[in-house]
Amino acid sequence: MAAQVKHADVETGTEIPARVFHVDRANLVMYAGASGDFNPIHWRESFARSVGLPDVIAHGMFTMAQGGRFLTDWAGDPGAVVAYGVRFSAPVVVPDEGGADLEISGVVDEKHDDGTVRVTLTARSGDQKVLTRARATVRLA
Amino acid sequence: MALNRDFIGRAFPPSAPYEVSRVKIREFADAIGDANPVYRDPAAAQAAGHPDVVAPPTFPIVVSLANDALADPELGLNYAMVVHGEQSFAYERPVRAGDVVTCTSTVTEIKAIGKNEKLVIETEIRTVDGELICTTHNTIVERGI
Repeated sequence: MAAQVKHADVETGTEIPARVFHVDRANLVMYAGASGDFNPIHWRESFARSVGLPDVIAHGMFTMAQGGRFLTDWAGDPGAVVAYGVRFSAPVVVPDEGGADLEISGVVDEKHDDGTVRVTLTARSGDQKVLTRARATVRLA
Repeated sequence: MALNRDFIGRAFPPSAPYEVSRVKIREFADAIGDANPVYRDPAAAQAAGHPDVVAPPTFPIVVSLANDALADPELGLNYAMVVHGEQSFAYERPVRAGDVVTCTSTVTEIKAIGKNEKLVIETEIRTVDGELICTTHNTIVERGI
C-alpha cells in the first residue's frame, strides 16, 4: 500500500506534470468488453450519429480510468488513492482515423495533517474540458 | 419524463456475489492501457504490500454495473436518454483478486435540473463477510426533450 511520493515533499500548489493518453476505437472495444458497458455510442458510428453525437465517444469511465492511472502512477500505488470523483462535462470524441488525445494534469490544492493531500485534475480533449470537479484524496508516504 | 419520486430512499436487495479474479483485473487493466505490475503479477503486488493483485481505482464500476437497480419499470427511466453525470469512489482498500463481493444500492436523490432528471445511487461494495471495500456514488442524468 506504499505511496512513493512523500507527504513532506509536496505543498499546496505542487503541480503534477501533464501527460497525454491516446485513445482509439480499439481501446473502446476493449473497454466495452472489460467493463460490460456495450452501449453502441462507444463503438458504432452510425448509432452515435443517430442519437445526435458528432461521432463515437469514449466511455466516461474510460476517461475517468485515465485520470486514475495518472494518480496511481504519481502516487506509486493504487492503495494510496482514498477517494476519487469526477463530473463528466463533455464527451471525448474518438474518430475512426487517428483517434483522440486526452491530456491530463494535476495540482495538489490541499495538504492535510493526516498524511493525505487533495489533487485536482484537469482533463482536456481537443479544446474541451472533459472532466470537471475531478478530485482525489491521496495518502502519501 | 419525470422519474418516480417514490424511489428516493429506496434500497435494493444485495446483488448476487461476484468473485473478483486475477484474469478479470488484468483484462480491465489492459483495457485502460495501464501496465502497472500490481494489476497482473501477484509477486509484484505482494512486494507492494498487497495480499494478491489489486484492481485499478475505477474497477468497482464493473461490479456496480452488474446491479439492475434501475431496471424497475416503475421508476420510469428511459435508458436511451441517460448520460453519466458524475461518479465517485471512497475506498477502504483496493479491490483485490479473491474478493467475493456484493453491492447494496440505495437511491439517494432524484431531482429535476431544468428539463433533465438527475438521479444519484449510492452503492456499498462489501465482501460476503461484510467488510466494506468501497462506497460509490453514481449520478445519472436523463436528458429531457
